[in-house]
Amino acid sequence: MSTTKNINITLKIWRQKNAQSKGNLETYQLNNVSTSSSFLEMLDQLNEQLVNERKEPVAFDHDCREGICGMCSLYINGRAHGPDTGITTCQLHMRMFNDGDTIYVEPWRSTAFPVIKDLVVDRSSFDRIQQAGGFVSVNTSGRTMDANAIPVPKADADKAFEAAACIGCGACVATCKNGSAMLFVSAKVSQFALLPQGKVEATDRVLNMVRQMDEEGFGNCTNTGACEVECPKGISIENIARMNREYLSASATSDK
Amino acid sequence: MSQGFSKSSVGRKILMALSGFFLLIFLLQHFVINMLSVISADAFNDVSFFMGTNPLIQYLMQPVLLFGVLFHFIMGITLERQNKAARPIQYAVNNPSFNSSWMSRNMAITGLTIFLFLALHFYDFWFPEIKTKFIDGDMTELNANGEFRFYEELLHKFTNPIRVGIYCLAFVFLSLHLMHGFQSAFQSVGLNHRKYTPIIKKLGTLYAVAIPAGFIFIALYHFLINAH
Ligand code: HEM
Ligand code: SF4
Ligand code: FES
Repeated sequence: MSTTKNINITLKIWRQKNAQSKGNLETYQLNNVSTSSSFLEMLDQLNEQLVNERKEPVAFDHDCREGICGMCSLYINGRAHGPDTGITTCQLHMRMFNDGDTIYVEPWRSTAFPVIKDLVVDRSSFDRIQQAGGFVSVNTSGRTMDANAIPVPKADADKAFEAAACIGCGACVATCKNGSAMLFVSAKVSQFALLPQGKVEATDRVLNMVRQMDEEGFGNCTNTGACEVECPKGISIENIARMNREYLSASATSDK
Repeated sequence: MSQGFSKSSVGRKILMALSGFFLLIFLLQHFVINMLSVISADAFNDVSFFMGTNPLIQYLMQPVLLFGVLFHFIMGITLERQNKAARPIQYAVNNPSFNSSWMSRNMAITGLTIFLFLALHFYDFWFPEIKTKFIDGDMTELNANGEFRFYEELLHKFTNPIRVGIYCLAFVFLSLHLMHGFQSAFQSVGLNHRKYTPIIKKLGTLYAVAIPAGFIFIALYHFLINAH
């Protein structure tokens, strides 16, 4: 383990009053940051300093602070979730930075993720994609069949589980040069498509989710693979190929 | 097909990949014929005669090819424009080389360069061919000496060093386009497999290097050896 020390950093942070205003990068000096603190704790420290100076604190998203909810975002020094892989921003530590560093902090940039304030973006476009088909319909009358009663091949169960690890953070969109949401949508399509319970609504699901994705203004995948490198949950672009297969066969067979 | 297929992102990706596959096959065929010009002038003339006079090729495959190129071009530009619109505000600091290759991020630029080359290529070969055949009405495929004109015309095009330079440069861009494009097309149509994808990627690199390098070799060969 590395020993803790304190570092001084310069922050360039995107400040934007509200969705309508223009916004710009502001510079802040922050001293005595413990390298054991997380990136979000560092921002808390900055906000404390700003409040003491009677200035408006920086708005940023966060909730669980343990890498499971997907709320934290931030484009840090040119990378989604900052200079580390397989993590969310709440799991990023200040030991990744050096004394005297300048750190750029920007919001996710995407037409479908408009900035609400400072570093906070509106990711409800993901919710609408989910609502368009990211579910299985079950009878909740009380006589629900136990899901385990249907046998599932182990390999399929594993792949479905891997896809279901997506936390909807949006890093894939943020890092993609096309602002494409295909990694997210394909993970949601795959987690159901691989399981017998999901097969029932598979055709409509993929058509509806892709339609909603396009309506929200996400770009088209060009298979750069950037998303799977930056995804905190290691979602593979194998899922995008699966979604494309599902979409092709659904388009060919659907009545719509 | 469902109505929205050709308007949807995934549908368009699949169509883009299909046109890419078609162009890959066409390019291979074109390469083999051009290679004949290095091996034997007669063989090159004979095959060119076949390609230039066979009605299936002239009246079916040629329009299909033209459509394929135009489709790929227009769809590529359309997708690129949508992609630009999906991120109107750029990052102040961005480090994309960490997570993706230059080739994968610049398909539109390498593609547009190929398009510019195609304009020159058509000016050089295709327009004169169409003029001779369909405007001047000369369907004989012979030159003034009564020999096939194809090989001679080919040599003539590779005498100007600037033109040869442009040809070679264009094939470098084609190589970059295909380094990403070949394997990308498989992914787009949904073919991604833990066993086969690594092989497809290797094949793609082989194709993307060997075929453009072969075209460059042919151009340089005629320029350096035959034309002088
Ligand atoms: C006419 C000039 C060309 C232009 C403007 C162009 C443009 C593009 C663009 C923008 C893409 C990326 C599209 C996407 O991934 O969504 C692409 C992909 C591709 N191109 Fe081209 N291209 C051209 C010529 C060619 C040629 C001559 C070939 C083959 C010999 C070719 C083969 C491919 C392949 C295989 C792909 C991958 C398709 C995919 O990712 O699914 N292209 N092209
Ligand atoms: S696929 Fe990965 S990067 Fe994209 S939303 Fe899900 S967890 Fe985040
Ligand atoms: S705050 Fe929940 S994943 Fe970062």
